[in-house]
Amino acid sequence: MLRKASSFPEEMLEHVLSFITSDKDRNAVSLVCKSWYEIERWCRKRIFVGNCYAVRPEMVIRRFPELRSVELKGKPHFADFDLVPDGWGGCVYPWIAALATAYPLLEEIKLKRMVVSDESLEVIAKSFKNFKVLVLSSCEGFSTDGLAAVAANCRNLRGLDLRESEVDDPSGQWLSRFPDSFTSLASLNISCLGAEVSFSALERLVGRCPDLKTLRLNHAVPLDKLANLLRGAPQLVELGTGAYSAELQPDVFSNLAGAFSGCKELRSLSGFWNVFPGYLPAVYPVCSGLTSLNLRDANIQGADLIKLVSQCRSLQRLWVLDHIEDIGLEALAACCKDLTELRVFPSDPYGAEPNVSLTERGLVSVSEGCPKLQSVLYFCRQMTNAALVTIAKNSPRMTCFRLCIIEPRAPDYQTLQPLDLGFGAIVENYKDLRRLSLSGLLTDRVFEYIGTYAKKLEMLSVAFAGDSDLGLHHVLSGCEKLCKLEIRDCPFGDNALLANAAKLETMRSLWMSSCSVSFRACKLLGQKMPRLNVEVIDERGPPDLRPENCPVEKLYIYRTIAGPRFDMPGFVWTMDGDSV
Amino acid sequence: MSPEDGSNLLESDAASVSFKETELTLGLPGESRGLALIEKTSGKRGFSETVDLNLGRSSNVDSDHKKYSGESETDVQNRAKPPAAKAQVVGWPPVRAYRKNAMKGCKYVKVAVDGAPYLRKADLEMYNSYQQLLNALQDMFSCSSFTIRNYLNERAVTSQEVNNGVEYVPIYEDKDGDWMMLGDVPWKMFVESCKRLRLMKGSEAIGFAPRTPSKCSSSN
Repeated sequence: MLRKASSFPEEMLEHVLSFITSDKDRNAVSLVCKSWYEIERWCRKRIFVGNCYAVRPEMVIRRFPELRSVELKGKPHFADFDLVPDGWGGCVYPWIAALATAYPLLEEIKLKRMVVSDESLEVIAKSFKNFKVLVLSSCEGFSTDGLAAVAANCRNLRGLDLRESEVDDPSGQWLSRFPDSFTSLASLNISCLGAEVSFSALERLVGRCPDLKTLRLNHAVPLDKLANLLRGAPQLVELGTGAYSAELQPDVFSNLAGAFSGCKELRSLSGFWNVFPGYLPAVYPVCSGLTSLNLRDANIQGADLIKLVSQCRSLQRLWVLDHIEDIGLEALAACCKDLTELRVFPSDPYGAEPNVSLTERGLVSVSEGCPKLQSVLYFCRQMTNAALVTIAKNSPRMTCFRLCIIEPRAPDYQTLQPLDLGFGAIVENYKDLRRLSLSGLLTDRVFEYIGTYAKKLEMLSVAFAGDSDLGLHHVLSGCEKLCKLEIRDCPFGDNALLANAAKLETMRSLWMSSCSVSFRACKLLGQKMPRLNVEVIDERGPPDLRPENCPVEKLYIYRTIAGPRFDMPGFVWTMDGDSV
Repeated sequence: MSPEDGSNLLESDAASVSFKETELTLGLPGESRGLALIEKTSGKRGFSETVDLNLGRSSNVDSDHKKYSGESETDVQNRAKPPAAKAQVVGWPPVRAYRKNAMKGCKYVKVAVDGAPYLRKADLEMYNSYQQLLNALQDMFSCSSFTIRNYLNERAVTSQEVNNGVEYVPIYEDKDGDWMMLGDVPWKMFVESCKRLRLMKGSEAIGFAPRTPSKCSSSN
């Protein structure tokens, strides 16, 4: 006997749905039939909006009346590298104002690459009685005044995470605005703050919050005060130190080492600005339990790094500067068999000559020694196809592979060939690859490989690569799951873009800067594709004052159901039917 | 002109273009590319009746491209310092610039130009003197046609000077919120205390004398 969907009790479906939390699954559920769409939308609690201009807040509010958590992203990724001029957009205020009215019970707001004003923070602080978590990742536009409002008003705050945001710091006193009765804090990340915070307020806060598991300090917290903080929070799981240097004094050292020993739950360490190597052994007591170590800001030499890392046998994630060199990565590969994520950053990115001995061999060692490796970000100055082929064969679980060879268009340094074959092996072997960043000398051939093999690829970053439109065409026509594509300084023009216009509606966004897309093509695309916003960003002035076939400086195309936006600055033009 | 001749021409063009591309040059990445790809794009279009037009246009595009890739902000700022490292390309390598702010000594300030809708950022630590800063500001906003009046010698702005074309007066907001003319204090002290820069239209600057910090209401 067939049972129709409509005769399935709603309450039962709702109960089942309460176990389904992933956005993709929820979206799939909502497409089954109208009644499932209705039931799903009434019980969805979290929403992720990957592009704040893809939809209007009113549309979200109308569809999902019971949200408790909202996550938004604003500027395109290349804004991290100063490619998006100031003032482009991504202001969160209209969202906050709308959310404040619609969701008095909202508990979480997570923002990435958005412009957040103090006013927005004040609205958040005063509108949501049960507000619990605020994450501002790579945001800007606010000061500690806004933070003070949050501290003073959010009685049930559990998490305040300012990771990598730019904060204006007129006063260090905002931390004192947490009332003495406030004890619910579980996570605090202030590592990006430039100025000092009131240490006594910090100490009292840490001491009275028994659930505090994550504490990331800024560099202004001195080392000799760290021990006190740790003794006040032995339950910490994640710690970011402040500046890690002081005059080497035996009592300060033993105090610190003792405090670290008391933190039996510590699994993640970061911070380590201005490291004085003599103090590194103070953390040795916790090394064996560490799963995550972020030494990205630690300017320490290879030998000290090797000593430290060799003690961290449970390490899963390591972020480190290239001071670790090939020899340090060999040691890492020998000790840390559970490693899943490695990021190696350049200590001297703009130097003409290499300052450290870090080459392709380091990455090969890690790929050989660490079979669980799934995420790599690697800055280096030389690479070979042979090394890439080896790396490709060694790491079947790779999902995110980002290689940055510092010199643009650098060939295989042994054969002087392009690195097409190497990256070809990468995409052919990494069957689950979701994210890829290319560098080095690359022809259209590499894009042919990518289009053929990278069937699960969601995000691709390309710079100084390719020969012709064919390259872009391979990617747009071959990568079925492509969601975000960002390109700079490549000879890609109108043809591939126009031929694959429909593909753009299946993606979140496409960024192209210093390429060869003409103003004429942008206008055409804007005309033909009403559900795309085609933004021309050009600081030389209005594009219609130049010939139509003149390439635009920067182009940002994204799908949207919100129509063109109206908060654009003077150097951004949206191409739609009307503007032609 | 027979079709064979035409296609031979294109082929040899393509060959010469791709040879150029593989040549290692010392030029800025993107610059020589710009030339090569414009030729290629024109070649690809193949509108033989508009060959002359294309050539004419491509030289404009050339200069636009050159202007963009040759005049990027970071390149300009690097000219201010003695050439230590090679010329930088904006945003390459892809490392986050903000990191410098969180640590010692990097001094990014916003630069506003009266009448322009957008702000730029300048890193004061990149320069060693007022002159270098002024040169860099001039280059940074070179797409607009104005000059920045150099008031390092102590004079008040008079209306006569302002009448000759569009000139801008550089002023800065200091730690106390006062707007000051550049050049009042030693360079290092200026870098310490400068919170933001503004290029004020000369016409508004009449009477704005050095050594007399007057409260200037900022529209920012």
